[in-house]
Parts: sequence; C-alpha cells; structure tokens
Amino acid sequence: MNETSSSPLLSLRHLTIALPKGADRAYAVEDVSYDVKRGEILCVVGESGSGKSMAANAIMGLLPKGVRPVGGEALFDGQDLLTLTEKQHRQLRGLRIGMIFQEPMTALNPLMRVGAQIGEVFEAHGQLSSRERQEKALALLIEVGIPQPEKAIRAYPFQLSGGQRQRVMIAMALALEPELLIADEPTTALDVTTQAQILELILDLQRRRGMAVMFITHDFGVVAEIANRVCVMRHGKIVELGDARPVLDNPQHDYTRALIEAIPSDVIPEARGAETDTPLLEVESLNKVFRSRGGLFKPAREVHALRDVSFSLVKGETIGIVGESGSGKSTLGRCVVRLEHPDSGTMKLSGTDFMNLKGEALRRERHRVQMIFQDPYASLNPRHRVGYAIAQGPLANGVPRAKAMAQADALLELVGLSGTADRFPHEFSGGQRQRIGIARALALEPELIVADEAVSALDVSIQAQILELLEELKQKLSLSLLFITHDLRVAAQICDRIIVMQHGRIVEQGPARDVFLAPQEAYTRQLLEAIPGRPEALETV
Amino acid sequence: MSFFARFAQNRGALIGLIILVTIILMAITAPLFFPESPWRMVQRPFLPPLEVEGFPLGTDTMGRNVAAGLMHGAWVSLLIGLVSTLVALAIGVPLGAVAGYYGGLIDDALMRFTEFFQTIPNFALAIVLVAIMQPSVTSIVVAIALVSWPPVARLVRAEFMSLRNREYVEAARLVGQSNRTIILRQILPNTLSPIIVLASLMVATAILLESSLSFLGLGDPNVMSWGYMIGAARTVIRQAWWLSFFPGLAILLTVLALNLVGEGLDDALNPKLSRERS
Amino acid sequence: MLYARLIVMRLLKAVVVLFLIVIFNFFLIHMAPGDPAAVLAGEAGATDEQFLRQLREQFGLDQPMYVQLWRYVSGIAMLDFGYSYRQQMPVFDLIMARMPATLLLTGTAFVLSLALGILAGSLAAARAKKPSGSLIMALALLFYATPLFWVALMAVVLFSVYLDWLPAYGMVTVGAGYTGLALALDVGKHLILPATTLALFFMAIYTRMTRTSMLEASQQDYVKTARAKGLSPRIIQRRHILRNALLPIITLAGLQAGQMVGGAILTETVFAWPGIGRLMYEALMQRDYNLLLGIFFFSAALVIVFNILTDLVYRLADPRIKEAS
Repeated sequence: MNETSSSPLLSLRHLTIALPKGADRAYAVEDVSYDVKRGEILCVVGESGSGKSMAANAIMGLLPKGVRPVGGEALFDGQDLLTLTEKQHRQLRGLRIGMIFQEPMTALNPLMRVGAQIGEVFEAHGQLSSRERQEKALALLIEVGIPQPEKAIRAYPFQLSGGQRQRVMIAMALALEPELLIADEPTTALDVTTQAQILELILDLQRRRGMAVMFITHDFGVVAEIANRVCVMRHGKIVELGDARPVLDNPQHDYTRALIEAIPSDVIPEARGAETDTPLLEVESLNKVFRSRGGLFKPAREVHALRDVSFSLVKGETIGIVGESGSGKSTLGRCVVRLEHPDSGTMKLSGTDFMNLKGEALRRERHRVQMIFQDPYASLNPRHRVGYAIAQGPLANGVPRAKAMAQADALLELVGLSGTADRFPHEFSGGQRQRIGIARALALEPELIVADEAVSALDVSIQAQILELLEELKQKLSLSLLFITHDLRVAAQICDRIIVMQHGRIVEQGPARDVFLAPQEAYTRQLLEAIPGRPEALETV
Repeated sequence: MSFFARFAQNRGALIGLIILVTIILMAITAPLFFPESPWRMVQRPFLPPLEVEGFPLGTDTMGRNVAAGLMHGAWVSLLIGLVSTLVALAIGVPLGAVAGYYGGLIDDALMRFTEFFQTIPNFALAIVLVAIMQPSVTSIVVAIALVSWPPVARLVRAEFMSLRNREYVEAARLVGQSNRTIILRQILPNTLSPIIVLASLMVATAILLESSLSFLGLGDPNVMSWGYMIGAARTVIRQAWWLSFFPGLAILLTVLALNLVGEGLDDALNPKLSRERS
Repeated sequence: MLYARLIVMRLLKAVVVLFLIVIFNFFLIHMAPGDPAAVLAGEAGATDEQFLRQLREQFGLDQPMYVQLWRYVSGIAMLDFGYSYRQQMPVFDLIMARMPATLLLTGTAFVLSLALGILAGSLAAARAKKPSGSLIMALALLFYATPLFWVALMAVVLFSVYLDWLPAYGMVTVGAGYTGLALALDVGKHLILPATTLALFFMAIYTRMTRTSMLEASQQDYVKTARAKGLSPRIIQRRHILRNALLPIITLAGLQAGQMVGGAILTETVFAWPGIGRLMYEALMQRDYNLLLGIFFFSAALVIVFNILTDLVYRLADPRIKEAS
C-alpha cells in the first residue's frame, strides 16, 4: 500500500481520563497510547470495567457527565480532539468519524422513521436537499443489505429486528463516508449468526471504503475474526498491544493469555460414558404455545415456543441445550422446572409424572428440580441475607431453622464462600453471587438442576471459574444438569450431550463431540461456522 | 451513608422537615396556648393583626381568635391527612399486590374497578360522598380515602408486575414457598420505598382535599379547620384579606413541607437510581 | 378506520362507566340517612308534601329495589335527571345551560397549563444544573402546594380589589349588553383570572413531569446516537428528547382531566363563573341532592371526553400503538 495508509489517522498519546469523585478508581483510562492507521482495524479488548470504551467516547466528545480527560492528547489527522470546542467537535462527528453502539434495540429513536433518521446525518452537516437525503438513505440501506429497503426506509425501528437495526445504525454511521468508524461492542447483543453477518458487513465495507475501524469488544473470538491489530486493556491500562496474529498465538502478558484461554473454544471433552441407563428425566412430545390475549377487535397472536420436543436425560449426565434467541431453549428449561406449564406432552422424573402436578402437590414436589438463574444481580433478593436465601428452600420444606442455617453455611463453604452467611447480596461481586445461586440450587438436594444461561452475564475470566466450579460439583455430587446456553463454546466445555434447537424444535441431538465435529444438520453447521474465531479453534483440536 | 445523612443531603427536605415538625408542635401545643375552644367569640370582630395583645393574627367576622383557630386547625389537617392516607393504603396496597402478583383475569377485573374510580372526577366524588353522608371527620376521611387509593393500587401493581418475574421470586417459587410468603416476604418489602414516598405526597394531597371540602362548607361542624376559616372569610375578602391569607399560608406551608420531605425520602430510599444508570 | 374503531371502543367503555355511575348514584341516595325522597328533595323540599309525593311517584319508592333501580336507570337513559325543586327547572336543562361556561373555562385552562407546563419543564430540563432551572422548579413546587381556592381569592384581592385590572366575578359585565367582538373581549377579560388560577396547579404538575421525563429521555441511547451524528443540541432537544418525553405527559394529561373538572368547582365558586361547578356549589348550599348527583354524572362524562381526546392524541404521537392494535 502507499504511504498514506501507514501514517496513523488517529493517535492517542498518554491519554488519561478522570472519573468523578466516589467512583471505584480515580482514572477510567490512564496513560493510554495507541494508533489507528488508515485502512486498518484495531480491536480494543477488555472485560467490563476495563475502560475500553472510554477513549472512544473521548474521541467522539461523548464522555458521560463528570468524566473528563485530564492528560495526554488524541490526535486525529494531526489535530488534538481534546482541545476542540463542542461546536468544532460536532462538525467532526458523523462527518469524519462515525460511531455505532452496542444496543441496536435502543439506539434508534422509536418515534422516527428509519429514512428520516439516516437523513438527519446529512442535515446535521448541511448537505443535500431533503429529497436527495431520502435517495441517499435508500442507497445506504441497499448497501448495508437490508431486506426490502424501500419498505425499511419508511419503517419505524420497532418494526425491524435487532440485526436490521444494527444495519441501519451502520448505514447512519457511514452516510458521510467517515475516515474513522468507531464500533462499540456492536455485535454483543446479537445472536451468533446475526453477529457473523454484521462482522462480515463491517469487514466488507471497511475494505471497500478503505476506512479505519476502531472495534471495541470483550470477545477474543471477534478479534481473531477481524482485527489487524489488538490492544488489550485492564483496569484502565494497556496490558498488551500489537499485531493480531502474534498476540493471539503467542500472548506475552498473563492476563491476555488468561483471557484467550478462558474462551472455552478448543477443548471438546471426551464424552463420559453414562454411569447408568436409568433415565432421570423423560420428556415426550412437549408443546407450548404462547398466546397474547386478543381484545374485542384485536386478533390474538401465537408463538410456538416448543414443538413436539422429546429427549431424555440419564442420571449423572449433563445435557446442553443450545440455540439462538427465540429457539425455545429457555421455555424448555422453564417447563422442566415447572415455571411454565406445557400445553401437551409428558414429562417424567425418575419414572413418576412431573407435569400434571398442581397447586399444593406441585409445591411439595418442587424440591426435586432446581434452577440456576442467568442474572446474578436479579437472582438474589436484595433484602435477604445470603444465608437465608440459601436456607429458604429447606425452611419452606419443613427443615428446622437451626439445621437449615447450618446446612447453608456448609453449602457456602462448598462453593468457596465460607463464613459469609450474614452478608447481603450487594456485598458480593457478580461471580460470587452466581456461586450463591448455585448453593441455593443445591440446598434441596435436587435430582436435577437446570442452569439457564448461568454464565452468560459474566466476564470470560469469571465464566471460566464458575464453569470450573460446576465441573467440580458434578464430579463430587454426581449432579444431573440441563445446561441451557446460547454460547456453543461454553456448551462444548461442560456438556456430555448437546441438543440444538431452532424455532421451538429440536434440530439435532447427540454426544457433544459428534455434534461439534461432525454436525449432521445444516443449521448446526451454520451455528458452528458463525462462532467468531472458529476456524483457528478447530485446527487445534 | 446512613439514611438520615442521605436525607439531609437534600437541603429542601431538611427545611421541609423543620416546617413539618413546627406544624406538628403547633397541633400538639394548641390546647396549651389556647385552652378555650377556637369557636368562642373573645373580642370584637374584624380585629386586624398585631393590634391587640393576645391576638397576633386578629379576629374573624364573629370575633373569634384567628391564631387559636390556626393552631387547632393544624391538628385537624394533619389527622385527616394521615388517617385518610392510611385508609387509602389499606385499600390500595392489597388490591394492587393481588392484581400485580396473580395477573390474568383477577388483574383485569381489579384494574377495571380501579380505572372506574380514576375516571370519576375525584373531588366531585368526594363532595357528593361527604354531602350525602353528612359532614363529619369520619365521612371526610372515608371520602378522601375512597378517592385517593387508585394511584396506590396502580403503583403497587406495577411494582409487583415487574418483581413477580424477577429471578429471586422465581427461585422462591421453585423451592416451594407459598404465594402468601412470596407476596409478603419476597416482593412487598422491595416495594416499600416507593410506597412510602407516595404516601408522604398523599398526605399532602389529602390535606389539600380536606381544606377544599371545608372551604365549600363540607367540613365537620364541630372542629375548626383551615379550609373552613378561609371559606367563612371569603365574603369579606375586600375588607379583611388577612382572614383568608393566614390559614391559606398555613395550608401552603404544610403541603410544601410534606412534598419536600417526600422528595428527600425519595432521594434517601432510592439512592441506587442515579448510580445504576452509569 | 382505525380511529373509528378506537372511538367506538372508547364510547362503549364510556357507556359502561356512566352506567356504573348511575347505579352508584342510586345506591348513594339509598345509603343516605332518612327517607330517600327527603334526601332527593333536600332540606327545602322536605316540607313540601306534594313534591315529596311526586318524587316517590317518580322513583317508585314504594316498589321493590330492583324496580326502583330500573326506573332510575331508564329515566336517565331518557336524559331525565329529575327536577330541581329549588331552581324550579329540570336538572338536565340546568346543567346544559351551564355546560358551555365550564367547557370554556376547563378547556382554556387545560391548553394553557399544558403549553406553559411543557415549556417551563423543557426549560428547567435544559438548565437542570443552573440556578434558573432550580428557580422554575421551586416555583412549580410552590404552585403545586398552594390551595387552588386560596390562589383564586388572593388573585381577586390583588388584581381586582387593589390593582383593579380585571373583573373578579362573573362571565360578562352585567348590564353592558355587549354583542359580537365586544362580548368576546368582555368574556375573555373575565376568563383571565379563573383560567389562570385553575391552570397554575396543573401547570406545576406538567412542569415537573416534563422535566423528569426529558431528563430521562436525554439518558437514552438514541440521544447518544443523535449526538454521534453531529446534530446540534437544539435539534436533539426538540426532535429526539422532547418528542419522546411528551408521551408520558399526554397520558398524565388524560389522567389529570378529572382533577381539572374538580378544580373547576373551586374556581367557579370563587369567581362566580356560571358553570356546572358553581351550580354544584349552589346545589350543595341548598342541599339539592338530585341536582348534585346530576352534576356529578355530567362531570364524569366530561372527564371521559377529555380521556378519549388524549387517547387519540397519544395514538397520533406514538407509531408503536398503531401496529400493536
């Protein structure tokens, strides 16, 4: 390439950004220096709280209130962005630097048509007549591959899917052909297959327009997929900076290595032979339809969440249920624990009917199946001490108070939090709360545990610890586990068998190794191919 | 930070609390300063403020001591405000809790019922109720409570609806806790802060309602109240503006104080709101 | 088509609500202590045996309850709200004669409070951290805490008695015999004080609500998107923040309509505004319960009309509703 492509378009020099008083640390980012060259993709990687988005916000002049740069410079095409007035900054935004965000569902104004929102970019910089703006908006929608662009341009955001909204965001960011695109976790909220499409779109547009991209992510899989260079951040500081390939293959810093290893991508454990053949859970032709109640003039809407789902789980086995959002995997889990009632089918637990129990009878049998929940912040009552949270199950089932509390202490020790029974949930971190959630699920000594996206809300390094704990408990207590996840890499690590679901149906099921290495169905293959960084992962197997 | 420290950070709330405490003291000490009935005629009528010692706010059309009326009136305002709010909570909280927790048809029925009460112009309803039941402290309390419970029911219902599918509630259901325990132990304690804030604002609204009723001549004929004083002085407003001015100021200050305290409670009870956003 | 369907739905609902109010009124009459006929006649009518007989006849008070209820309901379905003994006129005619004045007053106050409230609220939101913003909020709180009838009285003292700028009582200058534009101006002049005092309290509510709603909307992701486009703060404020912030205010305005009709009772009483509020006060003074219940019914009907209007406006403002229904 020519010389211009190697001179940095953006250059951060010793950038330091202060957090407001009372925050958990003084600086959001401290003494951070990196370059983004024309035509390259730089990935800024880090876990939550690493400060990875802060520099981007400073570049855009969009820092939250109270957060301000206190040192260093951010040179864009030779000009220090930190010294610009708000008005000068505004002229740059959208025109020479575009930005897309994480949450496509909320990033668009719900009351404005898509076309008008794209047109605003031209309006902001005084370009084109309003008719030309609409023509240009249509061209952009076609370029980002929206289905039925003529219709989409007149649509309101709520009429589009998450992936389509993200495409609209990209169209908006690219409208004025900026030299730099900042993408702040743009695929995190999307399903894997959608994520793969959006990544491909960004790569394609970047190549065609030769723009520079600063891509912020927590996912090393995404890094492997698109990055030219990587900058790894932790606690507001740069841990490692370099070309993508060397960093991925041969990380120098322990933290980078831990992050890369924490991605459970390259280990597919040998399926353990089941200890027995006795089925613990037998599910036969389960169906569930959600109906929105219609009004007098309003037609009721139906969603088939489960269609004819059958499988069985042997004692001591872990089955992973994987699928994208809307596949029915969570509904299946909720039906198994009886938070939802299936419309038809049968469900037996150790040979006895578990589906038609009602009221008091159900309440007495509930202890046999327990659940680990997704959100560590919502799964514990903020007003109850964690000891009580764990003991409440035994208490509700008639265990004397002293015994229940002693048991809670023992369970807390088992999950590595001994002596904390008197504390309240807010005193714990997300990972610790998830341990408490696991202890609570164990308290009733259930025959089966359903884990619904139990590690999805956690940072990768914490994810790894929780998965390790589950693995350990599985060995120690010979747990039977139904592990629901959207993340195939996680499923690969912990599950003996895998069930792939789509649109409420089971698409494929079999031993984990077979499903991952020799998928029979097209949809499974599509899912596997969509995993970012996947080709590398497979090579190492 | 302690609860009071957070409360006191809001300067307005602190001022409101001071005003409120003063008014409560006024109500309590009224019989000490003015042992005689505030209805007694004790001086010549239309005495302007600060003219005769012992009558700092003058006398009214019948020669009654305005200052005595003001202090005794504080008692009635606070009492009716507080009791009617408690009654409204006693109607609204269980109704909202049941509607929000069980949902479905029960919710539909209860919400239609609530909507009905919300559609009726509540002041007109209060007037009709008090007029037909005959004015008395009891009928006023009942009328105010009957027109002010719907917002409570709606708030509690909304809170219950958002909390009933919270994971910790589902966890409680899974371990076999009964609905009653879940409502009382898991959900209700987590809805208390908004209810407390709403209640403090409701006391203020109830005081306004009571004074409006008394102003229209629907007050309890046996107790002196601020609204009555203003209503009785209305026809002589051209000659003696102070007769309406001071009781009105008293209402204004009380309602203002309660609102300020309500805002302070909101700040102190929901400190997370501002932090969770960032 | 969509709106027609909506209006039909809402009218059906309104009929149900009004029907319930009629039943409620019926039981109220029977709940009251004493002979229902005497209750209906009020204190004055109690002495007039002929009138009492007439009432008993009309309501069939010697018949079983359900017959009485049927008579009462069917009477009202025929717009027969009974007769006001004190005013010597049918209740329905009395109310209809007073309705325009109330519509004028509440309508003006509604528009005034909403417009000024939204304006003040957006100003306060834009200057959230500045003294001017705090001042607006302090004033709003003050108006919110002030008893309506007291503001009205003080306004009379200040603007009519001392300054002599505006008329204090009535709707037209008595005996002036204005017509046409002069009449309109005269009414307008009489309208200023009552409409403003009635609007103040509601303006305070809308101001507070607008500010909260706008501050909340300004935290939303789409505002960040708008800023990333390089839009000017003015456009962001108007097009993105205000438009979204208005939705909850429309809902609130509908809910507040009932309060506004209630407030009109107080304002009309103080300013001798010849609307149904003033009529209600007169009915109260004369213990004319039949008239009182009639007014109660119509004030509820008025609120329902306000509710339907705000519902329609909401649907215009929020595209998501159309799709859902």
